[in-house]
Amino acid sequence: MSASPLVEFREVTKRFGAGPLVLDRISFTARTGDFLSLIGPSGCGKSTLLRLVGGLSPITGGTLLIDGMTPADAAAELAFVFQEPTLLPWLRVAANVEVPQKLRGVPAAERAVVRRRVLELVRLTAKTDAYPRQLSGGQKMRVSIARALALSPKLLLLDEPFGALDEMTREHLNEELLAIREQEAWTAFFVTHSVAEAVFLSNRILVMSANPGRIHSEIAVPFPYPRTAQTRLSRPYHDLVAEVSRILRSVEPPDGAVTAGVQSA
Amino acid sequence: MKPRAMKIILPLAAGAVVIAVWYAIHYFLHEEMRFLLPTPGAVLAALRDNAPALTRAAINTSEGALLGFGLAIVVSFALAIVLSLSPTIRTSLYPYLMALQMTPLPVLAPICVIWVGAGLKSVSLLTFVIAFFPLVVNTTQGLISTDRNLVELFGLYRASRLQQLLLLRVPAALPYFFTGLRIAATIAPIGAVVADMNAGSSAGDGGGLGFQAVIYSSQAKYPALFATAAVTCVLGFILNAAVIALAWFALHHWHDSYERSDR
Repeated sequence: MSASPLVEFREVTKRFGAGPLVLDRISFTARTGDFLSLIGPSGCGKSTLLRLVGGLSPITGGTLLIDGMTPADAAAELAFVFQEPTLLPWLRVAANVEVPQKLRGVPAAERAVVRRRVLELVRLTAKTDAYPRQLSGGQKMRVSIARALALSPKLLLLDEPFGALDEMTREHLNEELLAIREQEAWTAFFVTHSVAEAVFLSNRILVMSANPGRIHSEIAVPFPYPRTAQTRLSRPYHDLVAEVSRILRSVEPPDGAVTAGVQSA
Repeated sequence: MKPRAMKIILPLAAGAVVIAVWYAIHYFLHEEMRFLLPTPGAVLAALRDNAPALTRAAINTSEGALLGFGLAIVVSFALAIVLSLSPTIRTSLYPYLMALQMTPLPVLAPICVIWVGAGLKSVSLLTFVIAFFPLVVNTTQGLISTDRNLVELFGLYRASRLQQLLLLRVPAALPYFFTGLRIAATIAPIGAVVADMNAGSSAGDGGGLGFQAVIYSSQAKYPALFATAAVTCVLGFILNAAVIALAWFALHHWHDSYERSDR
């Protein structure tokens, strides 16, 4: 593990236009190899935080460095997996996976090598020639992940990628994601609503509170990798899920406290 | 019964009913008034007797319709790309595009004749004007309606504006383009016939179906007039079928409108 942090937030603030503060003095660092989950109530700015790292939205104040660079300069080192699979419906799976490389002008032969590798990682080689509409929701998401991995990113940003899937598919994909990470050494930022998912995947969980978005606390997840379906059955896992849920409840606004200010934020 | 067979039997049955009613009306009319609705048999006979003139006219009209239609596709696509670039450009130009569409063809026709002379050039130009509007409006709408998530994805991978246009916006706009194309294919033959009536030229056998209709009408050859109408219909059907086939080739692999319901 390198001594210098891969991602460094120093007093980062964010507001949209003249609106209220969305993120308030966020400071933390992520090291290479971290699997860091961000959870918190709706409107706590966890997705916004991820978009700042991805360079999809500029920071308002403070310093945000990725591998010592600004997010815009670090574009080549990171990949983003959105909530939706965001596949191009008119392209077959193969061409979809190759889109990022094609945009960077990578020659076709080289693209094909990478495409075969990443489709094998997500176990979708059989669907190479399928169109997105022929795939299930889980398969589409795996194509989306394969596409993100095609550029061999140092940092993978995932914004609730499994939120729209059923529980079974979600658990399978969680296991698959960790299995892929055994072969590919990327660092991950993972936004989720699911405490169970965060505990299963991460070595660190950042719990955020809302209005404005702040980091409430950090929880270390001590279970060693590789984690499997067995991990979910263990007592320490259940205890930690309960513990994180308790913390999350403590930062959730009590019922009826959702004010007009929250909605406009 | 199988739905496929129904698709053939139902229109045929409806057609038989229409022809029966048609004959009934004809013979119900007073003998002196029967010229108002010639029987299908008389129309077919007129079609046979006037075949050389109608064929020549149909070819001339098709030429005008296709030239105008083709020109409309090329120009509208280029203009749609320009319009898609910014709301300012759209706001500035839309009123004038509307104005062009609002001006009736018989009014535009003489202006066109002054500019390029009567005949094929005028007919093509007027067909172009009529087919152009639905194409440019639909294609522009398609180019600016690209899924925001996909635009963001392209931004994330630092796609150039040209890459974004060619690899994302144009393919995403294709379903809209084909909607415009189907409307244009329906009105282009009609436009060509009306243009022919108002700006056509019969010099050197250059007259089209519009011209032919005017001639038959003045000579009180009513069955031949009905036959001309039938030929116009057939032209419209052929152009529409070609566009539907083209849309199927471009879209059926991926677009939801071609999703089979029995999956």
